[in-house]
Amino acid sequence: MILRPGLMLVSATDTTAVVVIRAPDGDTALSCGGVEMVASGAAVTAVPADPALQGGTVLGKRYADEGGRIQVLCTKQGKGTLALDGIPLQTQQAKPLPASD
Amino acid sequence: MRLSTLLDMAADGFGDRVLIGGRKAGITGAELARRSHAGAHALRERGAGSLVYLGVNGPAFPVALFAAARAGIPLVPLNFRLGEQQLAALLTKHPNALGVADPGARIHLERAGIPSITPQEWLETAASGCGRVEEPGDDGDGDGVAAVIYTSGTTSEPKGVLLRHSNLVSYVLGTVEFAAAGEEEAALVSVPPYHIAAVANVITNLFAGRRTVVIEGFTPTEWLRTVRDEAVTNAMVVPTMLARLVESDQDVSLPSLRSLSYGGAPMPGPVIEKALATWPEVGFVNAYGLTETSSTIALLGPEDHRRAQAATDPDGRARLRSAGRALPGVEIEIRDPEGNLLGPLQPGRVFVRGGQISAEYAGVGRALDAQGFFDTRDEGYLDAEGYLFLGGRTDDTIIRGAENVAPAEIEEVLLRHPQVQDAAVFGVTDREWGQRIEAAVVSRPGSPVDAGELRDFTRLTLRSSRTPDRFWFVEELPRTETGKLIRRRVADAVARANGADGVPV
Repeated sequence: MILRPGLMLVSATDTTAVVVIRAPDGDTALSCGGVEMVASGAAVTAVPADPALQGGTVLGKRYADEGGRIQVLCTKQGKGTLALDGIPLQTQQAKPLPASD
Repeated sequence: MRLSTLLDMAADGFGDRVLIGGRKAGITGAELARRSHAGAHALRERGAGSLVYLGVNGPAFPVALFAAARAGIPLVPLNFRLGEQQLAALLTKHPNALGVADPGARIHLERAGIPSITPQEWLETAASGCGRVEEPGDDGDGDGVAAVIYTSGTTSEPKGVLLRHSNLVSYVLGTVEFAAAGEEEAALVSVPPYHIAAVANVITNLFAGRRTVVIEGFTPTEWLRTVRDEAVTNAMVVPTMLARLVESDQDVSLPSLRSLSYGGAPMPGPVIEKALATWPEVGFVNAYGLTETSSTIALLGPEDHRRAQAATDPDGRARLRSAGRALPGVEIEIRDPEGNLLGPLQPGRVFVRGGQISAEYAGVGRALDAQGFFDTRDEGYLDAEGYLFLGGRTDDTIIRGAENVAPAEIEEVLLRHPQVQDAAVFGVTDREWGQRIEAAVVSRPGSPVDAGELRDFTRLTLRSSRTPDRFWFVEELPRTETGKLIRRRVADAVARANGADGVPV
């Protein structure tokens, strides 16, 4: 799937939902629990997750790959592991800005 | 992604936390989510095409923002202090609205044929209703308008800026970490609801998990009392408010305050210097942004402030006048009048690009160039490290002879004179020069100053072609509630103060 910032995706294996903050170029597969995520609003067929990919997600955390090609924000947490083209994403340490509002 | 997703995340993540109002009687995240559904239901039932908010800030405002978002209609906060004709003109643009208006302001809506309820009635409607509404789908691209904010109209007629869900969400996700605020944190909001900062305040503090407290009208007494009573940790003020706070003869000790941000208009140097000295423990943040950019696009952080305050060299001190560096998701370019990109320290016009930039006006469309950049119509330059220095609005530029003169540069000098309380510099048609420079000055009470003294004072810093040719003394300058100078009314103010003989033309 071609990802773009602002796109919301849901998991086919559990309750996980994410929003894309930074999108990689080209056609990629963002998966949760080993199964590719689908655009929010599209029909989802529930499928069993890969039991080896149950790292879980945390609400409000940001997840990224090592190269910084992708960053997503978890908007609903679940049990599956997020991965880009089969490589698990890592939680990203926040570098908070001072509040300006 | 829509604004309501931010609220749903807050309700899921820290739903029990009070986010709106006083610590005891305030509204929790989960309750705000529930009320936004009930409010949206009421808006749908009435077939409202928009929600016009005409009143002071209060808990009804965030409920209105999120209920309108869920109902898929824009929130339109209007300035209740506008003249009757101006308000009537704006209301004709929102014919199918439901109004939430202070009792004294409902007459305006009635005259425009718009049904209205009071903020109290609105809160009761949203609190007593139940059920959930289905929101419009989120296809990411064609996302709806979340808010219409009118520009203050200091140089021209007010324009309705369309802020889409994607703009506001992009601003939040680009600047705030979810649940980053401690449970004890509280932010004090003292800007009126029709200002972009009020909308930004609601959504960024909600996402951070920080409670917001509002004061309806700013006075130093009320502000200082609220900070102490509510143990406020974060606050945002406009320069005129900060000026009144640092000059207050009251007790200004604020033990709970950690962060004080300011923006909305240029900050006079002496005011921020005094504030830094008054509250040595507070982290100051200068935020620069426009309505069209969904609030802040550049900021000068607490460390920058303290480093500049401690600096002994002019360049180091100068950083205190900077608007800081671009936010991570925002690009800033400086361009010359022909559109060519300029390098560090070269002054030109400020252009900006990023997901939070709306640059979209009602009835006009999006004002972006081919590369997706928005012309802020602000003048400025970047230094070698990317710090932005602003020099006023392009539209205010005085052309004296062949020289472009920024009024802001001269005003900054005048405001450093100890006997000057306020100053405005403007261009007057001149046969010889095209335009000549004149200044309107408000002296400090009990310490009058004369034109000769001010002329000598400005000449110490500015070359003679930038020294005002004439000084006028007035009681007061026309400013908006958030402290922005209304330039198109300065000449009127001078004429009124000096009689018919003194009309600058």
